[in-house]
Amino acid sequence: MAASADNMGRQATAAPFAIELKGISKAFGPVQANKDINIAVPKGTIHGIIGENGAGKSTLMSILYGFYKADSGQILVGGQPTPIPDSQSAIRAGIGMVFQHFKLVQNFTVLENIVLGAEEGALLNTSLGKARQVLKDLAQEYGLNVDPDALIEDLSVGHQQRVEILKALYRQADILILDEPTGVLTPDEADHLFRILRGLKDQGKTIILITHKLREIMEATDNVSVMRRGTMVATVKTRDTSPEQLAELMVGRKVLLEVEKTPPAPGKVVLSVQDLRVRDEHGVERLKGVSLDIRAGEILGIAGVAGNGQSELLAALGGMTKASGTITLNGVPLPLSGPGSDGQSRREAGIAHVPEDRHHHGLILDFAAWENVAFGYHNDPKYQKSALFMDNDALRADTEKKMATYDVRPPIPTLEAKNFSGGNQQKIVVAREVEQNPDLLLIGQPTRGVDIGAIEFIHKQIVALRDAGKAILLVSVELDEIMSLSDRIAVMFDGQIMGMRDPASTDERELGMLMAGMTGTSDAKLKKEAY
Amino acid sequence: MDRLPRWADLTLVPLVSLLFAAVISALVLLSIGQSPTEALKVMIDGALGSPYGWGYTLYYATSFIFTGLAVTVAFHAGLFNIGGEGQAQIGGLGVALVCLSLPWPHWTVALAAATAGAALFGAAWAAIPAYLQAKRGSHIVITTIMFNYIAAALMVYVLVDVLRPTGQMDPASARFPVGAQLPALNDIPGFSLIFQRPVPANITLLIALAMAVVVWALLWRTRLGYQIRAFGKSEAAAKYAGINPVRITIIAMLISGGLAGMMSINNVMGEAERLLQNSSEGAGFIGIAVALMGRNHPFGVVLAALLFGFLYQGGAELGLWTSIPIEMRIVVQGLVILFTGALDMMVRMILERLFALVRSAKAVRAA
Repeated sequence: MAASADNMGRQATAAPFAIELKGISKAFGPVQANKDINIAVPKGTIHGIIGENGAGKSTLMSILYGFYKADSGQILVGGQPTPIPDSQSAIRAGIGMVFQHFKLVQNFTVLENIVLGAEEGALLNTSLGKARQVLKDLAQEYGLNVDPDALIEDLSVGHQQRVEILKALYRQADILILDEPTGVLTPDEADHLFRILRGLKDQGKTIILITHKLREIMEATDNVSVMRRGTMVATVKTRDTSPEQLAELMVGRKVLLEVEKTPPAPGKVVLSVQDLRVRDEHGVERLKGVSLDIRAGEILGIAGVAGNGQSELLAALGGMTKASGTITLNGVPLPLSGPGSDGQSRREAGIAHVPEDRHHHGLILDFAAWENVAFGYHNDPKYQKSALFMDNDALRADTEKKMATYDVRPPIPTLEAKNFSGGNQQKIVVAREVEQNPDLLLIGQPTRGVDIGAIEFIHKQIVALRDAGKAILLVSVELDEIMSLSDRIAVMFDGQIMGMRDPASTDERELGMLMAGMTGTSDAKLKKEAY
Repeated sequence: MDRLPRWADLTLVPLVSLLFAAVISALVLLSIGQSPTEALKVMIDGALGSPYGWGYTLYYATSFIFTGLAVTVAFHAGLFNIGGEGQAQIGGLGVALVCLSLPWPHWTVALAAATAGAALFGAAWAAIPAYLQAKRGSHIVITTIMFNYIAAALMVYVLVDVLRPTGQMDPASARFPVGAQLPALNDIPGFSLIFQRPVPANITLLIALAMAVVVWALLWRTRLGYQIRAFGKSEAAAKYAGINPVRITIIAMLISGGLAGMMSINNVMGEAERLLQNSSEGAGFIGIAVALMGRNHPFGVVLAALLFGFLYQGGAELGLWTSIPIEMRIVVQGLVILFTGALDMMVRMILERLFALVRSAKAVRAA
């Protein structure tokens, strides 16, 4: 062991950096996505790259993986200048990528996915056999245990991610790039991932971790590079920095990481949900009898790993899907199927909804901002000129006003929604829903893909609405967000509420257990699947 | 990103596409030993060189405006209505039934009633595929194509066994009464100064232009149009906003079918003055190309319909005055459809590159 470490040390003097980027620039039309980027990642380290959305992280990694060609600059792998015109060359150079959205064939087995694109010869059996052996070795070496014959669709998200990592290792990657790897994981799964990454690092692999979560950077990396608006603003040793300093580097000004709010003053019950059940199109029950109350002037946070019924809860309450059970708003029962159960009826009843997915639900990306401001409220009398015609002028004026109040940039009502940044898109949605002054606001993933500055602003709006005596149902996979905004926390797992907690008297560990399906301390047993 | 300026997108892309189509058409003509310049001259002379030629060009264009608008409305709802042909033929049945039902006192009354009949029958023919799409998820492209065949078969039955006057030899309805005959452009004061000889283009042209304005207002000024466009862009988002997908699918298809049906007042009532077999003569399909080329905007549809009217009339003239086979007309039309419709993205990409080159050259000079 000592000898091999020595050997590595000698190699390190010859080529101390696994990967070096020199003066990388890339422009898309007038937008300079990367400007003169220099990074040197030492061999056998975990290197974090952090930055807001649109800072150019993904572009940089796409250049490294051969998806884009840099306008200028040089890539050195192991000290050698290595042009990377396509992803095949990246793989040959020993670079592996684990994407944020997995690129796995759902109805293939683990083994089949691993050899996909690396099949040798016409017969599948030989490469499958070889892969099985390699997989066994890798599992032993790095603790990456996955059943090679399991279908991807039967695996948990955490396991699917391991398959992605195994895919890269099978192709003999020495440099592993992970793009926002923890977005879909429980805190526990995330911890496990970081243990795997440390194991890989100990074996001499180099890891580049792209994330916008400061906590992960602090926890997992050796060095961190901060990007802002296409430039690399700093590279520092992780142990010499602090989350506050990194946030400031990312945004370019001091940022409030904590949400400022006063204690809640809950009033009467606004929304009461009893035994709510939702089935998906395959007839599988996704929401298995959820009951909860939300009071006026209260934020109820729903914590949970994505895909455990939170989306169905929002969809059922927002009138996007059929459900059974009962819901009452201010004492009035609302139908859950048939006439009067659609999104229009919900809005008329006083429920506003900021959906989890603003690209697919919250906005029509090809519509102008002003058209999006009427979206869902297009029947509102204030936007009508006559029985037949809409009042587009009033709508544009209204949009201008909302853009000013919510500091949407650029404040151009005629600009199409797709041309705004994620944060500004979300501000348009939040402005539309909050300004309707609803009794109940449903808000899902309010800050997903939103830059830190806009996060601060959106959180303030949510708290202000609460302080105005409105009820708020907050769904988020970001535990930090749930903990800092909620007045009460409900944890969902497998379509059920595992427990209600007071944010003041709980911690991430306890919530993480609940999120993984383990109830309380008395009967700490796994409900579904071991992680 | 590397996007084209709006003006270039709207004008340059179709023009360059047309140019490509023209160049290839010329090569085809050369390859069969004909002179492309001669052919172009005959086409322009025949279609645009005289009021008489214009009378035919506008007549064809009128039909294409209707079918183009039909495709446009459905397109904005995210539905590809390929059934314009069948809807137009069934619309023709509506026109015939209305025209033959009463001894109409005046053409204005007959026109109003026949327009309603055409729209109603066309809409009814679109209603079944619409229902199947909305409620059963049967793909509208498949069902509307099938309904074209069903319409054609139905028309044969109706014309042979129901509407054919006893003793008549051809499968067609009786001639419409005089009170149901529409004024051609040469009968309308003002237009008659230009059109001195009888032409097939008739009062329906003005209705077609009016419908273009109506469709524009519907799509971009009304609540219904807003919902149609929102639904067409994203069904998932429409559901979030509480826009009823079933309702919008059916309404959009009814409007689309109604517009396709309305073309029959041009050819059946305005020109043939009786119902013939295959009355729409492919105009329903041309509507798809017209809508594609017109970028699914009513104004663009009118311009594209004029172009296809020119190709139709000019092509017919080619057959009349040259030894170029009549099939060449179809080749040229096919090339125009290919380039303006299917290869639209190719042309756009080429132009985008050019624009990017110009831009970077400018940037270099500025630096």
